[in-house]
Amino acid sequence: MTDILSPLPGTFYQRPAPEEPPYQTKGAKVAVGDTIGLVEVMKTFIPVTAETEGVFEGYEAEDASPVTAGAVLAKLG
Amino acid sequence: MNIKRLFIANRGEIAVRIVKAAKKLGVHTIQGHSEADAEMLAVKLADESICIGPAPSKDSYLNISAIIAAAKATQADAIHPGYGFLSESPAFARAVEQAGLIFIGPSADTIEKMGDKVSARLAAVTAGVPVVPGSDGRIDDLDHAIEIAETIGYPVMIKAAAGGGGRGIRIANTRAELKELAPQAKSEAEAAFGDGGLYIERAIFAPRHIEVQILGDGETAIHCYERECSLQRRRQKVWEEAGAACLDDETCAALCASAVALAKSVSYRGAGTLEYLYDEKTKEFFFIEMNTRIQVEHPVTEMITGVDLVAEMIRVCGGERLSVSQDQINKSGHAIEVRICAEDPFANFMPWPGVVASLKEPEGEGVRFDHFLAEGYQIPPFYDSLLGKVIVHAATRDAAIDKLIVALDALSVGGTKTTAPLHRALAMDADVRAGAFHTQWLEQWLDAGNLTEKGDAA
Repeated sequence: MTDILSPLPGTFYQRPAPEEPPYQTKGAKVAVGDTIGLVEVMKTFIPVTAETEGVFEGYEAEDASPVTAGAVLAKLG
Repeated sequence: MNIKRLFIANRGEIAVRIVKAAKKLGVHTIQGHSEADAEMLAVKLADESICIGPAPSKDSYLNISAIIAAAKATQADAIHPGYGFLSESPAFARAVEQAGLIFIGPSADTIEKMGDKVSARLAAVTAGVPVVPGSDGRIDDLDHAIEIAETIGYPVMIKAAAGGGGRGIRIANTRAELKELAPQAKSEAEAAFGDGGLYIERAIFAPRHIEVQILGDGETAIHCYERECSLQRRRQKVWEEAGAACLDDETCAALCASAVALAKSVSYRGAGTLEYLYDEKTKEFFFIEMNTRIQVEHPVTEMITGVDLVAEMIRVCGGERLSVSQDQINKSGHAIEVRICAEDPFANFMPWPGVVASLKEPEGEGVRFDHFLAEGYQIPPFYDSLLGKVIVHAATRDAAIDKLIVALDALSVGGTKTTAPLHRALAMDADVRAGAFHTQWLEQWLDAGNLTEKGDAA
């Protein structure tokens, strides 16, 4: 299991836009560099990408929720 | 004055500024804040505070009903909206009025009128204020396009009437070019938008951004001279000056008079700014829009005129007449403001919401630091990155730049990255020193790699 952590404090988004599906779904194959979600910091959206490959286990942080730096956003199996 | 208890519906450095101005007037201050801002400086300085909702702006600083409810619960008689957030929302101004409170700003109708590009342009034309010359409507055939271009003068910009965001814009320098480009633009607009209507306006290359500060009490209006804000990145101002060194006295007088004419024509109340593009080659200025609120860069005007703009806007909205007349407003020396943002200028201006580990403020005669920082303060990541502004005032522009360098060297914000090194490098730059810049200058300067880790110009 690998934790995907927030690089910065901010607001975490699972999807690119409110009406679009989440970036990842449970069981999906994730490659290095794939986008997991976005962290909005001071009106700037910063993509969070996978640093290792694996199978997506699920989001730990809720969509559109405040996160701290180092918070676990999602898990890879 | 009719205002005894003022509710501040904003945050950050402007909330601090408003609390201080209100206290100076003897007004009781009530600071509204989000859950994430309970520890901010304005909360500590205000007489009382109240939470208006969760961290996201839409649930707090943009939540009209929550703000009105909080203002009523704290028996406020007026609301100051600051800048950004709801400051230019006619719906908010109307809701405040309907709740029986005073909105610190112009009427909802004026905000609505001046906030719409088309009606603002019309109001300007009616008041005799120059606007960017163009076809006041769509053009469907080439002969009409040539006729308009010859009236407004080349070069002209050809835009799709149905387009937006700069798509499909063409520049014609001569009639021959227009004959060639207009049909191309028309067919492209038809293909892209299903509408071949075109719009033509004068192309102004490398314009400078000049603006005029006005104050009105609903009956009369005055100006507090001009500012220049040409140094911008991504359409955000980063460095602002008062006055504008590129204007001669005659042009400056005409510019300021035009702003007063427009303010008077809408019976303006409060503080406002008229923004213009200035073509240095032809010495022409063109109104582009009006901001019906206090602006981030208002301190440079305060430094050269001695007028407390925030106090004045509270007073006139509280039913007082302007405390100063036009002949009492004199310009003295030159002022510069630089915006200190929590961003790393060496990493593409990446936001940096750190904890303020240490804070050293610049001080001295003619130096002002408007901010909302304190040691140990966690800068919230939920809002924009502006931390404060370093403002300097001196007898001449050269002396002001020298003073700015000293002030920036004295400033130290530990625990976070800031844009201070960018401003130091700009202050050391020969073009900036010479005032030789325009609205696209800064982005070109950054793209060319002029900002180095050394903290001065390469």
